[in-house]
Order: sequence, then structure tokens, then C-alpha cells
Amino acid sequence: MEELNSLFQGFAVVLTPYNLFLMCVGIVLGVIIGVLPGLGGANGVAILLPLTFSMSPTSAIIMLSCIYWGALFGGAITSILFNIPGEPWSVATTFDGHPMAQRGRADEALTAAFTSSFVGALFAVILITFLAPIVAKFALKFGPAEFFAVFFLTFASFIGMGKGSPWKTVAAMTLGFALASVGLDKVTGTLRLTFGHEELLTGFDFLIAVIGLFGIGEILSSMESGLKFQGAAAKIRLNAVLTTWKTLPKYWFTSIRSCIIGCWMGITPGGATPASFMSYALAKKFSKNGANFGKGEVEGVIAPETAAHAAGTAALLPMLTLGIPGSPTAAVLLGGLLIWGLQPGPLLFVEQKEFVWGLIASMYLGNFVGLIIVLTCVPLFAAILRIPFSIIAPVILVICAVGAYTVHNSMFDVWLMLIFGFAGYVFNKLGYPLAPLVLAIVLGDKAEESFRQAMLGSQGDLSVFFSNWLVGGIMGLGLLMLFWPVIAWVLEKATGRTKSAEA
Amino acid sequence: MNHDDSADDGPSLVSNRIVEIIVALLFLLCSTIVIIDSVRLGFGWIEGEGPAPGYFPFYIAVFMAVASLATLLQAVAGTIKDGGASFVSVIGFGRVLSVLVPTLLYVMLIGGLKIGPIAIPGLGLYVASGIFIALFMIVFGKDHPLKALAVGAAVPFVLFLMFEKWFLVPLPKGPIEAMFGF
Repeated sequence: MEELNSLFQGFAVVLTPYNLFLMCVGIVLGVIIGVLPGLGGANGVAILLPLTFSMSPTSAIIMLSCIYWGALFGGAITSILFNIPGEPWSVATTFDGHPMAQRGRADEALTAAFTSSFVGALFAVILITFLAPIVAKFALKFGPAEFFAVFFLTFASFIGMGKGSPWKTVAAMTLGFALASVGLDKVTGTLRLTFGHEELLTGFDFLIAVIGLFGIGEILSSMESGLKFQGAAAKIRLNAVLTTWKTLPKYWFTSIRSCIIGCWMGITPGGATPASFMSYALAKKFSKNGANFGKGEVEGVIAPETAAHAAGTAALLPMLTLGIPGSPTAAVLLGGLLIWGLQPGPLLFVEQKEFVWGLIASMYLGNFVGLIIVLTCVPLFAAILRIPFSIIAPVILVICAVGAYTVHNSMFDVWLMLIFGFAGYVFNKLGYPLAPLVLAIVLGDKAEESFRQAMLGSQGDLSVFFSNWLVGGIMGLGLLMLFWPVIAWVLEKATGRTKSAEA
Repeated sequence: MNHDDSADDGPSLVSNRIVEIIVALLFLLCSTIVIIDSVRLGFGWIEGEGPAPGYFPFYIAVFMAVASLATLLQAVAGTIKDGGASFVSVIGFGRVLSVLVPTLLYVMLIGGLKIGPIAIPGLGLYVASGIFIALFMIVFGKDHPLKALAVGAAVPFVLFLMFEKWFLVPLPKGPIEAMFGF
């Protein structure tokens, strides 16, 4: 039980008044970010990243990860009360959450949402506690070829598991890789794709892309639809909390299934949004009350919320152990680690034990504190949405500009942010996925480096990626994911034919 | 995330299909630029160094070209999903521009602008933000000017305290801050 020992040491690190204070601040900020349109987990953390530079890495990551938990909780509030998903992963929560609120059962819906979020996160954190050290130990044996195989699998998963057009996923992803290769080539020291422009020497920072694509893009989309907030009343009565809690154990099977879906989608970079939809769809299929889904069924709130939170949390596992984030927000946290001089990856568990276990301990505490805060403060957060959009919109735009500027203290970045913002708006409408684009900007350098090292080692022989069971297995899985759209199409044709034959 | 609201927003400005074609062409342009520079850098094998600097970007750009070509063909042939649907209505795009254009002016106001002989000095982030918020509220929110001024003054003030005082992260400042000695 080495893990438990380390975990308790982690709790000792976290349980200082200062860190607990940061935790609460982080959660509250996170919920506000989650409630406001245009500020989400990823760009919220990106904007607040520069504020943590003066803190110790452990305190900083506690605050930032708590902002993330808060944002995950916050998305549910707007979905249920206002039928406006504050975050993409809470879209599925609106299906049953808002009908419940319209029938005056808002407090039950909110309690169910928060509690199942908590359960999902807890499940994922327990998984991280026991699985992360094993994965890290295993990954210590990885060479460049294995690392490239994992990168390959990561990006191939986007193609295999994405819902939209696979061509668009490839286009978005390669755009990210192309942007990542701009600037100084670390291996040979040559300048690439800068065309003599000094601003491009350091390349494109993905934080700018995150703030633009998710922040500005979101504001533009909200503006287009002429957003109006019309909320249901929000007040949580204590007895409603207790009665809801009494009914929740009935749905234990839905919960467990959602947890597993969430963790799977979080570790492989499917992300929280598809996890929530998939979990909702499965719950609808298997529930006895499936026909009532969409009309205000508690189970329809539990399923997506559990999965979204489990996925959001589990996304940190590959980020910590392999240095490969499972979601854009995890990527931003990874960017933070790099800025503080911590190299995420298997060595982190050996060299920075205190930091890692502090972070994991803070996940337990942060979610617990978060549950209490959101249950008690819902009316307060709902009141934020009564602020007119004419105030919220310019203030968010100002905050985005500040966030983009502070990354490198450069006005050029603010202009870039605007360009990314407009691109984000267009991409969103056409169904170009943003997550693989952002992850490619983050991981592009590393993926290329491991590829080149592996190739150098093998003298240009591509068979190095199939030279043993481990690397070959990961590559094989990656290829399966890459060609999944084709395989699925063939399978569909085949089964479709048998079906028509039966008929 | 968007609700189905295009129905009551009047005529469509442009269909999805047209925008799909434009975006796919832009992707193709982008991949061409990358390929040209990768060829300049070399995309083969350098003895003792491994793959040349242009190797990785070259193949990335080739994949990009193939993918966007596929999307382009689908869009041109009209088989693309939701191709006939409206990308944005005239009124909707008007609302988008009504945020986008002021935001462009706002960023211009922060850092100033230099086009040939014309140089507009920047006002710094705080003053520009105040003006932006206040005007946005008056013009789009139809808020009372006093209320707009109050919010426009309060937000930059809070930002100022947060960044310059507590977190010691300097933001761009202009002549007005200089008058106060910052």
C-alpha cells in the first residue's frame, strides 16, 4: 500500500490554511467561469495561469486544478436553470435537467447533478491514485519509438472516436501540428515557417490559441444567437438535498456505467463532451424509464454529469504519467507545469513525489470542498447570469485580451487571439473539432522530437515502430483508431446487408 | 451549443456549403505554404542528423492537403452534411460583427497602430478597456451612461489592483497612467 502512504503525505502537503484558502478561491472562480458563457475550463485556466507564477508549484496547481473542478460543477448550474450549457460537456445535462427545473424540481436536479459529478470525479481520482504510479513505472521503460506510438494513438483516437467528419478532424489536427512547427527547430536550430517575421521566432503559443478559439469564438457564437437569459428559480432546500440523496442509490448501476465510460473517454482523449453524450444515450437505452428521458428524469441528469466529471478528472492521468494531456484543459495545466520547470512524464513520480501526491490529494479535497460550495451557493452563482449580457460580453473580452497579453507580454499575441477567435467561431459552426487542434499545438514539438529520435536510432527504418510487442501493440491500436471510420463504414454495410437479407 | 434559432432571424447570408468551400481552400493554401517552406528546408534524410527539419511539416502538410481536398470535393459535389443549411443569417452575422468590429478597435486602442505615416498612439490597456466597456454598454445594452461609466471605471480599476499591485504583472500603459506616475 505504498500509494496510500504517499497519498497521506500528499494530504499533509495540501492541508495548510493557505492551500485550503487557494482551493476555495479556485473553486469559486471555477464555478463563475463555468457559469459564464465564453469562459470555460480551458481558457479560464489559461487566462489565470500568469497569476500563479509567483506561487509555489504545488499551491499553483492546487488552485488551477480547483478552477477546473469548479468549472465542471458550474456547467451544470446554467444547463439546469437556464437551459444554456455553460460548457460543451453539460449540453447533455440540459436534456433532462432543464425540464426538471421547469417543473419546480430544480433543487433536486442540481443536487443530483452535483452529487453525481462528485461521484464521477471520486471514482476517477481513486483510479488515478492506484493506476498512475503503475503507468508511470511502466512508462519509464519507454524509448522514443514508444512515446511516438502513444502520441500516434492519442491523435488517431480523435479520428476514430470523433463524431464529425474524420477529414475535418485530420485537417484541424494537422493545422495544429503545422502551427506547432513554426519557429526555431529544436533539433537542428533552423528557422521554420517564419518567412522573416521576428514575431514568429518563438512560434505560436497554444495558450493564445485556447483563449481565442474557446473564449472569443464562444462570445461570437453567443452574440449571433442573441442570447437572452431566462432562468428558473434557484434555491436549494436542505430537505430536497436529503430526499434526493435517498433516491440516488437506486441508480447505482447507471452511476458505475457512467464512471467507466467517463474514465475510458478521459484517459484516451475522447474527452468529457463525447463521454457525457455517450453515457446519456446508454442510460436512455438501458433504463426502465427510458421513454421518459427528455421530460425530466433524474437518471438523465446523473448519467451525463457522472461521465463528464469522471472524464474531466481521468484526463489528468495520461497528463501526469506520460506528459500527454487527455483534454484541452489538461493541456493548459501541462503548460503550467512546464512553466514551473516541472517536466510531466514518468519521471515526475520519482523526482517530484511531493508535488504529484499533493496534486492527487488536492483532487480528493477539491471535489469535496467543491460539492459543499456549489450546494450552498447556487443562488449566488445563478445571480451572475442575471447580469445583462451587455456587461458580461465586454468584460469577458477584456479579460481574454489581458490573458492573451500576459502570456508573453506582447500585443502581437492579442491580435493573434482575435484571429483564432474568428477561426474558432467558423470552425465550431462547420464542425471542425477544436480539441485535437489545441492538443496538436501543445504536443506537436514533442511528437516530432520523439519521431525524429526514433528514426535516427533506426537509421530511417520505419519498422522501428513495430520492433517489439509493446510499441507494435500501441501502433496497431493507433492504426485501428485511425482507420476506424472506414472499418465502421464497412461493418455498417455488412450488417445492413444481413438485415435487409433477413427482411 | 447553439439552439435552433436561425428560423426567426430572417434570410440567410451564406450557406454552409459556400463557407465549407472557402475554409477548405484556406486549408489548402495553408498546406501549400507549409510544403513550400518544407521543400526549402529539405524533407529528406540528412546523414548523421536524421530527418531534415522540413520532414515532419512536409508530411503533415500533405495530410492536411488530402483531408481538405476531400472536404472540398464533398462540398463542391453537394454531398457534405448540412451543406444546404444556412451558415449564418444576415441579422445573426450583423450581431457577430457588432462585437467583432468594436473588439478590433479596442485592441487597436490598447497598443496604438502604425500604418505608413499614420501613427496612432496607444492608450494602454486600462483606459482602452474602460472606454470599450462603457461604449459597449451604452450602444448595445442601452444602459444609462452613468451606469456604463461606473462599470467602465470599476473593471479597469480592479484589474489594475490585481495585476500591478498584487500579482506584479505589468500590463501596457499609456499617457494617462504616466500622468499618475506609473
